[in-house]
Amino acid sequence: MTESTDWPLWEVFVRSRRGLSHTHAGSLHAPDAEMALRNGRDLYTRRNEGVSLWVVPSAAITASSPDEKDSFFEPAGDKPYRHPTFYDIPEGVKHL
Amino acid sequence: MTSVTAQDRTTAFDAAVAADERIEPRDWMPDAYRATLVRQIAQHAHSEIIGMQPEANWISRAPSLRRKAILIAKVQDEAGHGLYLYGAAETLGTGRDELLDKLHSGRQKYSSIFNYPTLTWADVGAIGWLVDGAAITNQVPLCRCSYGPYARAMVRICKEESFHQRQGYESLLTLSRGTPAQHEMAQDAVNRWWWPSLMMFGPPDDESAHSAQSMAWKIKRHSNDELRQRFVDICVPQAETLGLTLPDPELKWNEDRRHYDFGPIDWQEFHEVLKGNGPCNEQRITQRRRAHDEGAWVREAAAAYAAKHDTARQTAQTAQTAQTGQATQTGQGTQAEQAARAEQSRQAGQPGQAVQAGLTSRPAQTTAAGEATA
Repeated sequence: MTESTDWPLWEVFVRSRRGLSHTHAGSLHAPDAEMALRNGRDLYTRRNEGVSLWVVPSAAITASSPDEKDSFFEPAGDKPYRHPTFYDIPEGVKHL
Repeated sequence: MTSVTAQDRTTAFDAAVAADERIEPRDWMPDAYRATLVRQIAQHAHSEIIGMQPEANWISRAPSLRRKAILIAKVQDEAGHGLYLYGAAETLGTGRDELLDKLHSGRQKYSSIFNYPTLTWADVGAIGWLVDGAAITNQVPLCRCSYGPYARAMVRICKEESFHQRQGYESLLTLSRGTPAQHEMAQDAVNRWWWPSLMMFGPPDDESAHSAQSMAWKIKRHSNDELRQRFVDICVPQAETLGLTLPDPELKWNEDRRHYDFGPIDWQEFHEVLKGNGPCNEQRITQRRRAHDEGAWVREAAAAYAAKHDTARQTAQTAQTAQTGQATQTGQGTQAEQAARAEQSRQAGQPGQAVQAGLTSRPAQTTAAGEATA
């Protein structure tokens, strides 16, 4: 009764309006990119949620490993001087 | 790279749950947590698509074009909700085919509420108000569920459920304020749907098999009885505005508890329906299997179309390479392909770059759903 479809998984990104970046909305299965776009439209933009849609094969995404998330992002951890709030500025100094 | 012990992983998981952080697909999680989520999300997904049936029953007989368009949109939403949820379940490593197979063979369940028939048009309104209302009461706390993909799917679903509930309420109100016969029809629908709606919150807390562990894992945030009480408290004044009564003689405000007291629920009926002896169990699952089987040609056609275009693309690419190694934009390929490419780059700006940037800044989110294939 069940035939395995084995359609690839696609990640769907929606740009909600011009000027904003595409944001990950979810994923879906589709046999090809064109069908993924159509399904993505039907599934994620039924209420004008978007003006543009990207679909990306999930298999094409390389992700960092959650197990090493601490060490992977560690280099930025000890560099608070990269933030403007790190610096003490005398009161009364303007436009800085 | 440091080696991570099982102990470290359990500690990290517990700490993340305790800190109200979300667990994402690629994070380590206890097997029982994964199994609980698959069971719950699958049952939820199945409920959405089985739930299309009782209402779809009235699409062809909706009383006006406006009501018909609304009902079609609602039923389409239910299909969409099913897809969001199957997607969330798949991030846990189960396949869509496997989930559907388990539904069709009765190894996974769907909400018992959909085993009741929709006898009149007023049932569509009563389902929107009560069944979707109960679902919202259940689902709003799930937006803060500890499992990220489930929580995100629930945010989307809850937004859409709000339309479902309001259209139902409006429809019931119209009937209630209509002719005496219409009012009577609305009252009859509420009489039949009230108790099954209360059962949607599941067995009482002391009999609920999975509740305690699910609460500890923050999959569930409130107990069955707590949510049921919340729902009753919300519905009583809403029923008054509708000009309809709720079929419970024991329903009355309790000043001490600051809640409405309500009569005993017929749990025997609940368990009978759960066992498969409800009015429509057989019909719902038969219809679901038939829909799946009759949709086979659509899946086959889509796969054949994809295969054909895949071949066409490969041929085109080979031809291109064999020529002078022209840039793809000006190369071969069908007109449709070129148009699609032009359309894509026009809309997307520079997709490649942007996706890469997005990935670097938000890896957890982006990869969340991708895990299904792993």
